[in-house]
Amino acid sequence: MHRSPVRRLAGALHRRPGLRLTALLSAPMAWLVLAYLGSLGVLLLSAFWTTNDFTSQVEYVWNTDNFANILSDPVYRTVALRTLGIAVGVTVVDGALALPMAFYMARVARPRSRRLLLVAVTAPLWAGYLVKAYAWWVMLSHGGVLDWAVGTPGFGVPAVVITLSYLWLPYMVLPLYAAFAQLPDSVLDASADLGARPWRTFRSVVLPLVKPALIAGSIFTFSLSLGDYLTVQIVGGTTQMLGNVIASDVTLNLPMAAAVSCVPVLLIVGYLLAVRRTGAWENL
Amino acid sequence: MPGQMRTVASTITNENGFYLVSGVSSARRMLGIYVVMTVTLSGVSKKFGAVRAVDGVDLEIRSGEFFSMLGPSGSGKTTVLRLIAGFEEPTTGTVQLAGRDVTRLPPFDRDVNTVFQDYALFPHLSVRQNVEYGLRVKRVAKAERISRAEQALATVHLEGFANRSPAALSGGQRQRVALARALVNRPSVLLLDEPLGALDLKLRLEMQSELKQIQREARITFVFVTHDQDEALTMSDRVAVFNAGRIEQVGTPAEVYERPATPFVAGFVGTSNLVEGETAAKILGSHGSYSVRPEKIRILPPGTAARGDEVAAPGRIADVVYAGAQTRFLVDLEAGGRLTALRQNRDEDGDEALRHRGAGVVLAWRRTHTVELTQAN
Ligand SMILES: Nc1ncnc2c1ncn2[C@@H]1O[C@H](COP(=O)(O)OP(=O)(O)OP(=O)(O)O)[C@@H](O)[C@H]1O
Ligand SMILES: [Mg+2]
Repeated sequence: MHRSPVRRLAGALHRRPGLRLTALLSAPMAWLVLAYLGSLGVLLLSAFWTTNDFTSQVEYVWNTDNFANILSDPVYRTVALRTLGIAVGVTVVDGALALPMAFYMARVARPRSRRLLLVAVTAPLWAGYLVKAYAWWVMLSHGGVLDWAVGTPGFGVPAVVITLSYLWLPYMVLPLYAAFAQLPDSVLDASADLGARPWRTFRSVVLPLVKPALIAGSIFTFSLSLGDYLTVQIVGGTTQMLGNVIASDVTLNLPMAAAVSCVPVLLIVGYLLAVRRTGAWENL
Repeated sequence: MPGQMRTVASTITNENGFYLVSGVSSARRMLGIYVVMTVTLSGVSKKFGAVRAVDGVDLEIRSGEFFSMLGPSGSGKTTVLRLIAGFEEPTTGTVQLAGRDVTRLPPFDRDVNTVFQDYALFPHLSVRQNVEYGLRVKRVAKAERISRAEQALATVHLEGFANRSPAALSGGQRQRVALARALVNRPSVLLLDEPLGALDLKLRLEMQSELKQIQREARITFVFVTHDQDEALTMSDRVAVFNAGRIEQVGTPAEVYERPATPFVAGFVGTSNLVEGETAAKILGSHGSYSVRPEKIRILPPGTAARGDEVAAPGRIADVVYAGAQTRFLVDLEAGGRLTALRQNRDEDGDEALRHRGAGVVLAWRRTHTVELTQAN
């Protein structure tokens, strides 16, 4: 029986889903590898060059001075630890806020108010980043709304944590909301049926089942906070984060800036490896 | 295998004997009374918005019995089960467990366990952890917890599956894990919501007899929801037939089948002939609604006189339906109306039976097999 080459190709693709996927994805994959990972590679490479102190020209001499500098200079260490602390703080604050919020939205609210709440949570995503950061600057300043209501912490690390928590909260609420909404009622009923009070059911059934979503959200809040440098300029007072160090180095000492950028990248890679075992990656 | 199962189950029985409250068991022995109401519903209604899911149900389920709730889809069976378990609060009426009013008690304070229609296993826990869950919550000591979980898994023949995840089990195996997870708590009442619904016929029949055996040996009160009348008739001590949120009849399988109280029961449990109006007046001598089961009707040659205790009605065979083991004869009566008579194909084969089409006959059945129906209120 005669079969056209096109049909034969179609048949081959149908029988071999791996081949089909490769064909489908090869163009975007090439782009990803070249543009995305390629630029990361250049970054890593340039971290091993140096800058001439007098001319500020990049010298293509292979050495590890930049990294040695970061490790030995207490300023870099302090800034790195502070950045890590802020990222962890933002993640914890967002987790603590998003858990009850997402739970209420998915499990308690009636369909009408659920839709309203979803809009309310995502609405800040529509506004510009700078607008929101300056809005917090206004609120946090002395004589601002916050000062008048509960007292302001002033500009500094707490203000940075508060503002970043606000900025990244939707990225934590949305995956948690989806996870809570997917919890089957019958599993919660079964827990109560077996004698568990609500708090026990929350700890032993609800939390383990939404954990992947919690981790997925925390990857967003953690890595977005690590890379931030604008919010800290607006509400951080004199506080510096790794992003600021990179930003000020980038014109004067590009190799040094590249070396400093490797620190958040390494922190994130470390975090991703730590959570890989929890199955959160399937949830992203 | 069966030997092993018996030992396990008898352990449960012994310890369960303690459960039945010593006063009750001694009263049983002394007075020979063993009608202890485990579950009592009085005037229970449940409304969801405008829907009356349960509408004025009174029910008394006795200790240690296998009680089935039978009814079509949407008749309120699951809702009654959820009211007993405590997942829903009745709109009106009270629920009592072992004589105690539990109407407002949450599920975790009730001594009942449920086998859910969709099993509701915890997906993040292994089979063993699923079974141990109730014991962990109740802080049962580790050694006892482990041995009881093993016993429960042995009872349902899943010894080798303790470390599997529920996702790696077949439907029948999941169903048995759900059963073990409930049984391990030794509840005084076990609620089962169509637990065999998802199984194929063979596994279904196997699980039916296993469930029955477990129930008999552990002497736990089973409240079993099903929409399969065969299942209800073969497994139960008593059956409640539900229709549109109400109970139409409660009785033993034989009572419900032989003496259906309402047209609905006569039609839902098995098939039935309805004799009413003029036809009833001519054949039976009084107006009203009556039911006769097809298999009770004898088919006689025309002109034959019926026995003294029988009712006779002449007619003509309008159609013959061959169904393997039996043949159904649809007979138009001279008195009006059409009756179905069922005959075992013991002496005739299919072709011979089909040749009777158009023949004149006399239908006869015992007077006591005519059941007077009351219209549902
Ligand atoms: N949570 C609920 N909200 C609104 N209506 C409900 C709810 N639960 C049940 N109902 C309604 O109550 C009626 C009885 O439902 P129920 O689940 O008890 O029926 P059932 O006899 O178990 O049926 P099935 O055999 O299909 O499982 C149905 O009309 C159903 O739509
Ligand atoms: Mg149901």
